[in-house]
Amino acid sequence: MQRHLALMLYIAICGLIVFLVKAEWINAYIQIVIMFIGINIMLSSSLNLVNGYMGEFSCGHAGFMAVGAYVTSILNMWFFTKGNLFGDALFSPSLSVILFPVTLLIGGACAALIGLLVAIPSFKTRGDYLAIITLAVNYIIKSAIENIQTIGGARGFMGMRKVVNAMSDTVPLPWLMIWILVFTGLTVVVLHRFVSSTFGKGVVAVRDDEIAAEIMSVNTQRMKLIAFMLSSGLAGIAGGLFAHVLGYINPGSFTIMKSTEIMVMVYLGGMGSLSGSVMSAILFTVLMEFLRPLQLFKWVLIPLLLIILMMFRPEGIMGHRELPDMFPKLRRLFPSREV
Amino acid sequence: MDIQSFFQNLINAMQWGSFYALIALGYTLVYGVLLLINFAHGDIFMVGAYIGFFVATFLLGSYAFHLPMILSPNVVFVLTLLITMILTAGVGVTLERVAYRPLRRRGAGRLYIVITALMAGLILENGNLALLGASRRAFPDLIEKVVYTIGGVTFTNVKIIVILAALGVFFLLETIVRKTKIGMAMRAISYDRVAVPLMGIPIDTVIVFTFILGSSMAALAGVLFVSAYPVLEPYMGAMIGWKAFIAAVVGGIGEIRGAFIGGFVLGFIEIFVAAVFPSTFRDLIAFGILLLFLSIKPTGIFGVARAQKI
Amino acid sequence: MPVLQMRKINHFFGGLQAVRHFNLNIEEGELRGLIGPNGAGKTTIFNLVSGFYRPTEGDILFQGKPIAGLRPHQVTARGLARTFQNIRMWNSMTVLENLCISQHFDMGYGLLDTILANRRFVENEKRIRKTAMELLEILDLRDYANEYPKNLPYGLQRRVEIGRALTIKPKLLLLDEPAAGMNPSDIDKLIELIRWIRDQFKLTLWLIEHQMKVVMSVCEAISVLDFGEIIAEGRPDEIRNNPRVIKAYLGDEGITHA
Repeated sequence: MQRHLALMLYIAICGLIVFLVKAEWINAYIQIVIMFIGINIMLSSSLNLVNGYMGEFSCGHAGFMAVGAYVTSILNMWFFTKGNLFGDALFSPSLSVILFPVTLLIGGACAALIGLLVAIPSFKTRGDYLAIITLAVNYIIKSAIENIQTIGGARGFMGMRKVVNAMSDTVPLPWLMIWILVFTGLTVVVLHRFVSSTFGKGVVAVRDDEIAAEIMSVNTQRMKLIAFMLSSGLAGIAGGLFAHVLGYINPGSFTIMKSTEIMVMVYLGGMGSLSGSVMSAILFTVLMEFLRPLQLFKWVLIPLLLIILMMFRPEGIMGHRELPDMFPKLRRLFPSREV
Repeated sequence: MDIQSFFQNLINAMQWGSFYALIALGYTLVYGVLLLINFAHGDIFMVGAYIGFFVATFLLGSYAFHLPMILSPNVVFVLTLLITMILTAGVGVTLERVAYRPLRRRGAGRLYIVITALMAGLILENGNLALLGASRRAFPDLIEKVVYTIGGVTFTNVKIIVILAALGVFFLLETIVRKTKIGMAMRAISYDRVAVPLMGIPIDTVIVFTFILGSSMAALAGVLFVSAYPVLEPYMGAMIGWKAFIAAVVGGIGEIRGAFIGGFVLGFIEIFVAAVFPSTFRDLIAFGILLLFLSIKPTGIFGVARAQKI
Repeated sequence: MPVLQMRKINHFFGGLQAVRHFNLNIEEGELRGLIGPNGAGKTTIFNLVSGFYRPTEGDILFQGKPIAGLRPHQVTARGLARTFQNIRMWNSMTVLENLCISQHFDMGYGLLDTILANRRFVENEKRIRKTAMELLEILDLRDYANEYPKNLPYGLQRRVEIGRALTIKPKLLLLDEPAAGMNPSDIDKLIELIRWIRDQFKLTLWLIEHQMKVVMSVCEAISVLDFGEIIAEGRPDEIRNNPRVIKAYLGDEGITHA
């Protein structure tokens, strides 16, 4: 019973949010902020796996997000809506309730596949090269989408709102919110299980001392590939949800700037701390909303904040620790599977 | 492509290659000494262009407070170049002192300094945007453009100046690094960062000197760039900076000739891709080629793999 | 059959020949030493055996099977563990975690099991921890299970590192200068530990060492390497008086004065 306490708590919160949305007690603006918090949690915690736990420097996370966003959006439009591009809907729009998460997973799988293509050449080489290769891949993905005119090219791709509406027409619930909450929870659970398992800690061993890891029987290349694919796959799912929240995406949504934004969240929360990433994603999203009146100055203020953080607390807010390490009482909520 | 448009493209490629090379230099110098990817460098280029703009307009007497005499545009150009290089070098050194040095002193990991660099770049970009607004500014015409035509190939004197400047800088830097004491100290640091201070070499002086060199070359590139393409906007440094960084890596980061060759390679690929394919394919194909190259030879053209000590 | 056979190994770094016609057989249960002046190529030999370098020429057979060309983790998984000259622990993780991760060759579960946290995952994770704890118990390190290796005194760190290598359940254990940087009392404990490990785990040991005290009191046979070539082999007392060895260590003058 106790070991599921955190999960129950999360489900209760989600239930409350869904109820509030359904009862229309919270307005559309707050709903969108909540949805962005969920998406940002997915993005920052998945990037933390590579940039924090593994100690690499991937700076093209938005590229993988773009892959997921486009694949998911295209699939949904093809399956459930009537359009110029694909003609009649492939399935009845009412099926969207069931198939929407499937399309998200397919989007994630495609992003993971691209992640694999990136990881294979870059991990053979020195650490810094991942930064360059992910950077180049971010450009390539953006530029490739711009050049595919059938999916809108630089003008963007739209109509995902229809899919969201189709879902709530079938079963009147705030489906997008529900799926964001579900996938946010899943992302955190999957990453938590991964990094707290002996298997996943192989990634941390790679960061601490790659040579020792290889000699002590850790298949370092495979570990890196797995971590990178997991990370980019989750970013792809987040991208798919992101596309449906906005209802419209264009290549400009997935630039290096977006990647940098995700990196800010990771380093703000602390490398190698999952709870840090979750907290900083919440903090960052809310902060961005509060700083909205500052307009452009918020993009001076936030980097400044991070520089000061690097100077006085370079390991980020949490820095390699998790919440239960700081507040032992919380251990009841997050029981580890220790013997 | 006929021979005439080939040469036309060749000259354009040389010009773009020169810009990339001058910026790539800053990345490579700092990397060689500190093993730091100075992500703020592209924005130093942008700052250089803006400083150049304000210096030039001031010298031309566009503000309430102006010089007692009227200078000829050519003199203004040279003065602008020099003053801008000095001021931008100041910006680079300030950045090093305020942001990087404290971190280095407390022995923070390399990654933290890279993050700081990335953030410093954002501050420069967005700070500029917030302070000066998003409106584009036009750089005054300081050099009277002369168009030459040889055998159907047309080019301006600005292009020639850009290419010559890049070549001049290349020879100057090669001399500095190979022949002067401080240049040798720079190379020594890249070999062994622990032993060099013990040998009595003032490491901070060398680092400051490196930033002076890198930033002033970025400023040179900035002023030349806006002389050729007279539009200033706060994000002008981001894209060209990232690209120059990739050029530095392709050349073999840490190597001066690598930065130059890498810059020219990137320039050539971009211009010739745009000449053959629709121009929207430029980034796609250019980055694709670079990625392919790096996966075959990850250390770049001149880079040497450092052996791992076990 | 010898545990390890190295046949006609030549290894080049660019134009430099680091290892020259190297032949060696190590029999089961042996406690072998490898000594030689600095830069003789001792660590290179270990790196060749453990899979970091692929020999330019020659074969390496471990338990009769060729291992040259395998990746280091594959070599390790076959039961060939090693330690490093400068201790290389994963310092952001506890001693116990260190000893768990080194069992990666035999996890018994994969990514999917981790994500699902199924029975297979839970049971194997239990088994891995049990193995690690047992080993810590035997090595008298139980109290340090939750400490970070970097906070331990040097002698203990070395003990932990050897413990981590033992989680591989090695048939052959290579120790690269285990006594480096140790004080005399640590060294006595180390000598005791090495002997005890050999008897307790019934394994074959091969060590590089500069501390003559360790080499002479622990090893049953010693190979001497100079400029990548074996110049002498034999029992400790034979090596001690071998003129070629003295020459290699002290130069020509050593011989005239000896």
